[in-house]
Amino acid sequence: MSASYLEATARERILALLDAGSFNELLPPAQRVVSPHLGQLDAPVSFDDGVIIGEGLLGGRPVMAAAQEGGFMGGAVGEVHGAKLVGLIKRAIRKQVAGVVLLLETGGVRLHEANAGLIAVSEVMRAVLEARAAGIPVIVLVGGANGCFGGMGIVARCANTVIMSEQGRLAMSGPEVIETANGVEEFDSRDRALVWRTTGGKHRYLIGDCQQLVGDDTEAFRQAAMDALTALAQSGAPELTLAALEAEQEMLRRRVATFGHAEDPMDIWAELGVERPETVPMLEAAAFTAMAQGLRIPFKA
Amino acid sequence: METLNFRFEQGRRRLKAAPELVGVVSSGNLEVLIENVDLKGACAIEIKTAARGFGAIWEAVVGDFQQRWQLADARISINDMGATPAVVSLRLDQAVEAMVEEGA
Repeated sequence: MSASYLEATARERILALLDAGSFNELLPPAQRVVSPHLGQLDAPVSFDDGVIIGEGLLGGRPVMAAAQEGGFMGGAVGEVHGAKLVGLIKRAIRKQVAGVVLLLETGGVRLHEANAGLIAVSEVMRAVLEARAAGIPVIVLVGGANGCFGGMGIVARCANTVIMSEQGRLAMSGPEVIETANGVEEFDSRDRALVWRTTGGKHRYLIGDCQQLVGDDTEAFRQAAMDALTALAQSGAPELTLAALEAEQEMLRRRVATFGHAEDPMDIWAELGVERPETVPMLEAAAFTAMAQGLRIPFKA
Repeated sequence: METLNFRFEQGRRRLKAAPELVGVVSSGNLEVLIENVDLKGACAIEIKTAARGFGAIWEAVVGDFQQRWQLADARISINDMGATPAVVSLRLDQAVEAMVEEGA
């Protein structure tokens, strides 16, 4: 059955992602492992602290999976939320599962929790890199309304594979943050078309920040995650080496040198060779990826 | 935040063993955790809400709810961010529908 990924809750997404009946939640809501900080601030808590973690099967392969709930505090990472992610990834290494799948929807650090939240996000980054160093591939899915921003945007780019929908957004600073810091002339956060052109899945796909673009459909995300896991299992997850990181750094340097002057993502698409950049936002995922073939900057993990 | 507790004795309808969670703690919404716990046949409801001063309305909503379902040995825990009474009723029914034993 086809269903919108964007409109699904985190709980619905993780169940739709994994093989039917295979999901076993760790630290489920009934254990009530809630944020110790929010209560002190007289703010509402959630029984899962906004992230659902557990183990299950993806296309028959054992994986650890997590889904952030964007509805609860914008999916922001607090101390418990982050610890759940870290524990899950460490468990993946210990159990030598086929992969870790992270369904990210988050504004980044939960500022209410201050340093505990910041440390939590950096621990998630470290855990992702530890998993990769141990040969456990990490796959990130981004397709929720809140996008994937802040420190968790960095976490996404530490993964082997990033899968997005056009509706999904991936960046460091969010539009409002950029506008506040640099002025509306720099970035008009209320211009939704501009926001999605700049941070949305299609742009990320064209400039090599995500590996696959799918339609807004839970089944399409599941299929893409299965394909990615299969590909990584066959080829072996690429090792994180200094040379690979330096090559990535060089790609980013060239990207800034080539496109740094662009006023709008459409300028970049035109320079990449997209014939009618103004039509890009209207294309369905399949037509878009067919059009982008041979033009986009390849994703390197 | 305000915490409200309600307890209804002598329910009839039993729940399955595994707990369920429905809803999300987002603006105008709530999460409902429903568990089968030995409460000597009672249904106990604890509400933590961001909207203070609506105790009378909560009492009416959960009273109607228990009237509809007559739950026994049910612990219901709610984290609320200002959901309207209609949304609360829908979520409570959704939670029970996920939990009622076949043929009950």
